[in-house]
Amino acid sequence: MAQANAGSGFRIVAREDYSDVTYMLEVAHPQMARAAQPGQFVIVMETEHGERIPLTIADFDRERGTITLVIQAVGKTTKEMQANLKAGDELFAMVGPMGIPSHIGKAKKVVCVGGGLGVAPVYPQARAYKESGAYVIGVIGFRNKDLMFWQDKFGAVCDELIVCTDDGSAGIKGLVTEGIKQAAAKHSDIDEVVAIGPPIMMKGCSETTRALGIKTIVSLNPVMVDGTGMCGGCRVKVGEQVKFACVDGPDFDGHKVDFDDLMSRLGRYKQTELEAVERWQESCRIRADKVIDLKASVLDARPAADA
Amino acid sequence: MATAKKRTIRTIPQERTPMPEQDPQIRAKNFQEVACGYRLEDALREAERCLQCPDEPCVRGCPVSIDIPNFIAKITEKHYNGAYDIITDTNLLPSICGRVCPQENQCEGVCTVGETLEPVAIGRLERFIGDMAIAQGWENVPYIEPSGYRVGIVGAGPASMACAADMAKAGCEVIVYEAFHTPGGVLKYGIPDFRLPNDVIDAEINKVRNLGVKFECNTLVGRLFTIEQMVSEMGFHAVFIGTGAGYPSFMGIPGESLNGVLSANELLTRCNLMRARDFPNFDTPLQPGRHVAVIGAGNTAMDALRVSLRLGAESVHCIYRRSKKEAPARVEEIHHAEQEGIDFNWLTSPVEILGDAKNRVRALRCVKMELGEPDESGRRRPVVVPGSEFEFEADMVVFAIGTNANPILGQTSKLKLNKWGYIAADDSLATSIAGVWAGGDIVTGAATVIQAMGAGRRAARSMKAYLGLRDSDSVYDAGAEGSLFGIPRAEHGFAQVRVG
Repeated sequence: MAQANAGSGFRIVAREDYSDVTYMLEVAHPQMARAAQPGQFVIVMETEHGERIPLTIADFDRERGTITLVIQAVGKTTKEMQANLKAGDELFAMVGPMGIPSHIGKAKKVVCVGGGLGVAPVYPQARAYKESGAYVIGVIGFRNKDLMFWQDKFGAVCDELIVCTDDGSAGIKGLVTEGIKQAAAKHSDIDEVVAIGPPIMMKGCSETTRALGIKTIVSLNPVMVDGTGMCGGCRVKVGEQVKFACVDGPDFDGHKVDFDDLMSRLGRYKQTELEAVERWQESCRIRADKVIDLKASVLDARPAADA
Repeated sequence: MATAKKRTIRTIPQERTPMPEQDPQIRAKNFQEVACGYRLEDALREAERCLQCPDEPCVRGCPVSIDIPNFIAKITEKHYNGAYDIITDTNLLPSICGRVCPQENQCEGVCTVGETLEPVAIGRLERFIGDMAIAQGWENVPYIEPSGYRVGIVGAGPASMACAADMAKAGCEVIVYEAFHTPGGVLKYGIPDFRLPNDVIDAEINKVRNLGVKFECNTLVGRLFTIEQMVSEMGFHAVFIGTGAGYPSFMGIPGESLNGVLSANELLTRCNLMRARDFPNFDTPLQPGRHVAVIGAGNTAMDALRVSLRLGAESVHCIYRRSKKEAPARVEEIHHAEQEGIDFNWLTSPVEILGDAKNRVRALRCVKMELGEPDESGRRRPVVVPGSEFEFEADMVVFAIGTNANPILGQTSKLKLNKWGYIAADDSLATSIAGVWAGGDIVTGAATVIQAMGAGRRAARSMKAYLGLRDSDSVYDAGAEGSLFGIPRAEHGFAQVRVG
């Protein structure tokens, strides 16, 4: 088997920016592209000194041999990656596919909900349902029109697509829960809802579908270190049980997940993260200043033009 | 035997040579090694304490049967390279084992000298030789005749490394797959630098590499490819699984999801492997606790306690429901922790973790215990003292109460598991899939580094028999039962036809 990963890095073959905060990296890993299933994730380290961050696989192309990641620049690492990485660069580490693949069951009619960045990870599931012959209703939501991405790519695997924006700048004005309600009003035979996005959005979706009595699967992305069940950092409350999202998930029954617990635990390194971001931004400023200083000194060193 | 005159219990140095150590006050604030290692004169003096008794109980006490009296005799002869040769006959990683083996329950626990005086410090001598080998760049790379077989190994911890080394020496092309970005397993993520420095681990791993073993990191077996794929399409003639136990237990008491509650594995991984202690030079965060309570009293608990102290905690409490006598940690580790100022609370059991308005830990509520009748394990069962509840102030609570079986390989293969979820293996460590062996914590549940290494070597022995390779170790052990000229009975009249 071809081994692209023997101690060397993982090459980025393409990068695309969807907004000021959202960017896409396509990473070469033929073996992983063959193995990946919808719902799985990877853990990435940008550099040897970096932290391990879990990212859901947004797409995989078995023929190109690539894994696609869509990333939001929110913390120090993701901001640094946004600033530094371009096509041709390498990630220090990328391991996966991790987690239990999504169960693509016999559902005939499914609503796939993506909130903001969540549009990317729910895409492979929408596509898998479409390929399995289900009727797929896509509901995607963004804060405003400028943050939208993948609406065409997503629409291509859906039978219907409902776009929601908070300010009404595109599609219907409102949250994705409005979209779910609209879909449910039109179709009384929805078998399943798959919702991926920020925890508060998944909580909202689960509350909406609980009232409607529709089975709902959510994909959780808590703080992780190893991603192999070893550290227990990603434990979540599901019903009466404690589960490790990395090996027991990441998909869980949305009606059983304790989202308040999840959100509280997601904030546990907030203070250190904020400090790290500030420190990093400060160092960027210093570097930028240096570059300017350097330019200035080059200019100063030029021989005075003859008058 | 090269000893000039016969030693007796009365003629040998009576006192065990002390290990030079960093001062407890100083070391509690740094991550440098606590035990500095024997100097030459220490090693020579301690080697004098071995009686070279004909019984050799120490060899039987060693899970990998190192020829202990002989390597000690070589030290006395000042033939240190020779001592290294003898140790590496059976143990490729003396610098690691000399540091982390529980010698008091193994070789030193049965030492003849130990019946009257303190036993010979075998572990310290082993470490002395191992460290000298690293410093001098000694390497025992035997001549290896390629066998044409390919062996795949899952996980890069101690069990896997021992197995990999043996299979490589038998001429196999060995590839070790590791999920983390660096090999070493628990030696790297679990055991802190002050007990086992990273450069020692790297030096020992390099020795395995120099035998021709390839390490492929960032590879999660089970998910990237399966065990079944390894023995079929990937063309491995034999596979060894040494993934470790790795799924930490919690108690199920109220408050476990509060922020500030974590497993010892998470604390240690963040601090050791991910270098959170060097934040912000390294990116992984770790909110250090000011008042830390660690639940459990095994070696992992000791590591968590002492790491917390070094991260700057003001108070660090060990909470254990039984008494000191029952504590599973090595005596030396408990002793070191006591010296450094860890507050031990024996016969104490947590009942609830209390949080503040922001869901952060603020205290740990405990009860006092007393010892009742012995339970199945033979240890006296702790029972609650009524009305003994009290609280510790704590902002970090760490669970170090053991691990459960990691589920990944069970989820992704047809491997038969036992009722606890560990991989089922027979006496030769063969699993339910032909051509696949397993050993170490993923078979037995959490144990020690040397037990894992012993299992890796045991599996290697039966893998060699399966592949029809002569077991080079048995050659040196001609008297072994059931072997003829070093060829195990299983191999008599048996030759595997090599395909491809």
